[in-house]
Amino acid sequence: MSFVEYGDTIKDGDTAIVFLGHESMFPVKVQHGTVTQTKYGVIRHSTDLIGKKYGSKVTCSKGGWVFILHPTPELWTMNLPHRTQILYSTDISIITMMLELKPGSIVCESGTGSGSLSHALIRTVAPTGHLYTVEFHQQRAEKAREEFREHGVEHLVTVTNQDVCKNGFGVSNIADAVFLDIPSPWEAIGHAKSALRAEGGRICSFSPCIEQVQRTCLAMEEYGFTEINTLEILLRVYNVRTISLQIPDLGKAAEDNSSTGFDSSNPSHQGSPCANLQQGTVQFKSGVPLREVVGHTGYLTFATKS
Amino acid sequence: EGGPSARIREGDCAVLKRDEVFKAVSVLRRRKIIFEKQWFYLDNAIGHIYGTTFEVTSGGNLQPKQEVEETTTETKEAGTDNRNIVDDGKSQKLTHDDIKALKDKGIKGQEIVQQLIENSTTFRDKTEFAQDKYIKKKKKKYEAVVTIVKPSTRILSTMYYAREPGKINHLRYDTLAQMLTLGNIHAGNKMIVMETCAGLVLGAVMERMGGYGSIIQMYPGGGPVRAATSCFGFPKPFFDNLHEFPLSKVQSLLSGTFTTETLPADPEENALVEEESNGLTEEKQTSLQETEEEPAAEAAMEINPTEEQDTMDINAEDVEFKENKEKENKENVREKQIKQWERRKKLLEAAALLREKNADGLIVASKFHPTPLLLSLLEFVAPSRPFVVYCQYKEPLLECYTKLRERGGVINLKLSETWLRNYQVLPDRSHPKLTMSGGGGYLLSGITVVLDKGKSDCSNSEALKMEEPSSKRCRLQDLPC
Repeated sequence: MSFVEYGDTIKDGDTAIVFLGHESMFPVKVQHGTVTQTKYGVIRHSTDLIGKKYGSKVTCSKGGWVFILHPTPELWTMNLPHRTQILYSTDISIITMMLELKPGSIVCESGTGSGSLSHALIRTVAPTGHLYTVEFHQQRAEKAREEFREHGVEHLVTVTNQDVCKNGFGVSNIADAVFLDIPSPWEAIGHAKSALRAEGGRICSFSPCIEQVQRTCLAMEEYGFTEINTLEILLRVYNVRTISLQIPDLGKAAEDNSSTGFDSSNPSHQGSPCANLQQGTVQFKSGVPLREVVGHTGYLTFATKS
Repeated sequence: EGGPSARIREGDCAVLKRDEVFKAVSVLRRRKIIFEKQWFYLDNAIGHIYGTTFEVTSGGNLQPKQEVEETTTETKEAGTDNRNIVDDGKSQKLTHDDIKALKDKGIKGQEIVQQLIENSTTFRDKTEFAQDKYIKKKKKKYEAVVTIVKPSTRILSTMYYAREPGKINHLRYDTLAQMLTLGNIHAGNKMIVMETCAGLVLGAVMERMGGYGSIIQMYPGGGPVRAATSCFGFPKPFFDNLHEFPLSKVQSLLSGTFTTETLPADPEENALVEEESNGLTEEKQTSLQETEEEPAAEAAMEINPTEEQDTMDINAEDVEFKENKEKENKENVREKQIKQWERRKKLLEAAALLREKNADGLIVASKFHPTPLLLSLLEFVAPSRPFVVYCQYKEPLLECYTKLRERGGVINLKLSETWLRNYQVLPDRSHPKLTMSGGGGYLLSGITVVLDKGKSDCSNSEALKMEEPSSKRCRLQDLPC
């Protein structure tokens, strides 16, 4: 297994995802002799995991079961240990497409943070591309390197521990795309421009505050970037539910002897769908929005190097 | 393909861009192009780098736009608000004819805009912002510029959504972006794609796979539509591992009764296909196995009945003519036979790939109801792999969700849509843009797991009771899962 190549069976050293049920999962490092505790009991790596097919159901010691999934950057994003606020797949998706990333692309990123976007970028540019990621926090840079190693992608990424605003990305004139998620992106636009290839490279800056966006757009313009465009994207999830609504009792018409107000013999009610007159309810399927949703992550500003 | 900073070549599919408007065209010499009320030839663009902006000269030719210093609104005169500005349509002193005369003289757009400003009685009373807006508007109208950009998923999906959303089932570009990521589309995958989006989705998948791995495109009717796919300009090797398979054969493949006997009707092949059903099948089959001249002779006798009629009518009168015609027919038939044989071979290859039931993912984006597609095509996907279904409407996906729950073998089902908003960012004038897309379609995504033939993963409450502690039992009243 690796984050950039599918494998069929679970092997020693793999990172696998244990899926317990609706929205409940966690990553696990597969190792001979180790056990993992879950609320359904114990999973013994040597007997329950190693050699089994990804996607298999594993029964735990208490009798409950879980599924073992092959890791993907998307599953990793939902389960990785947070060292910083991370980007989620909704933003990652539009970033990937708008930066025109594909196998062979050279990408620069700062800051590395918790590596959520990094894993997705590496997956997209593999096997012939490369990610140059810059992180000014020493421990975070080191943790990122460690994770890339464990996930079998270290050959596709270079982590540099420095301040991108002062020292840039460490490469020049070769990047197809640059991504910035830092407090003062306008200070890094110049460095971004020099990292990008001569013509047609793409840049993206992610900022939570509109003031940051304004300063960044100005800087992009000053440095000669074109096609400057700012957008935001939000995810709306729907829960699929079967809903039952009661039919109200509207009483009886004067000479009418029927027991409910919803009279099927009355021609004007003939078209009523799914009416269950015995129970006085109507059932239907609905996609119900969640009660609380993410209302804002950040503004994404894209531009092209001319 | 052309790496970074690729150059425009004859025969390329390029995209013309002006502000937010795109149009895909073939780069051909002496071919008149109409774009944004401009007429021009692309000849002069050939050899330039993609991304270059051109000006349209009066002769309809392109020439690279010079980098000119913007007509700076230095601390010019400006008003504070519009309380005294009356819009009576008389503030511009230049008439239509005056402007036309300027254009005919070959005066550049920039100069025309300058003239308009100087001849506007209200310009200096406008606020700076209004002046800015005015200049932008006039520039847009009179500056004949066009940028030629290299096609990509970003460009083509934006173009199709703006120009021909009906052709792509109103799949908005951010929704497509979600599909590619949720589906973990990357180099080396074995993907199954079923789309009726003119080949746009297929192209997007191919771009993210970079020529590595393989794709089996399922198609309705006679053949897959790949109009948009050709716009991407992929190098030939990308198509080596692109297969196609007809939906009409899916059931037979799943039930084990698949045969290549009756291929979906192909307009060219119609004649031959008709003959097959006339009981000539056996002979055809043996002739296909050989590749020598022998079968050609046999096939000659199976010539299109009407053609045979003709040659017989002409008869003894012109034996030589008849012999030549027969030779020609033999060649045509042989060509058709070879094509037929190749099609069969490809079909068998695609069938073999599907039969392995180990695809790394499934993408569906079509005009058809998603449920039957999902239920059948998921059979070909390996466990622990993502799948994504797009539908313009939400309701079919509600049904699909329910059926998938009943089927089992899927987890992490999610029904979603994305909300997208563009912004205008200018100093003291930043706000969301005035128009927004009302809807970009819906997605149902999930991950496959090993299918337990006996019980499904959630909805069978009896099985659950036997297997798990009570905390996991689904409440019948509120069946989410």
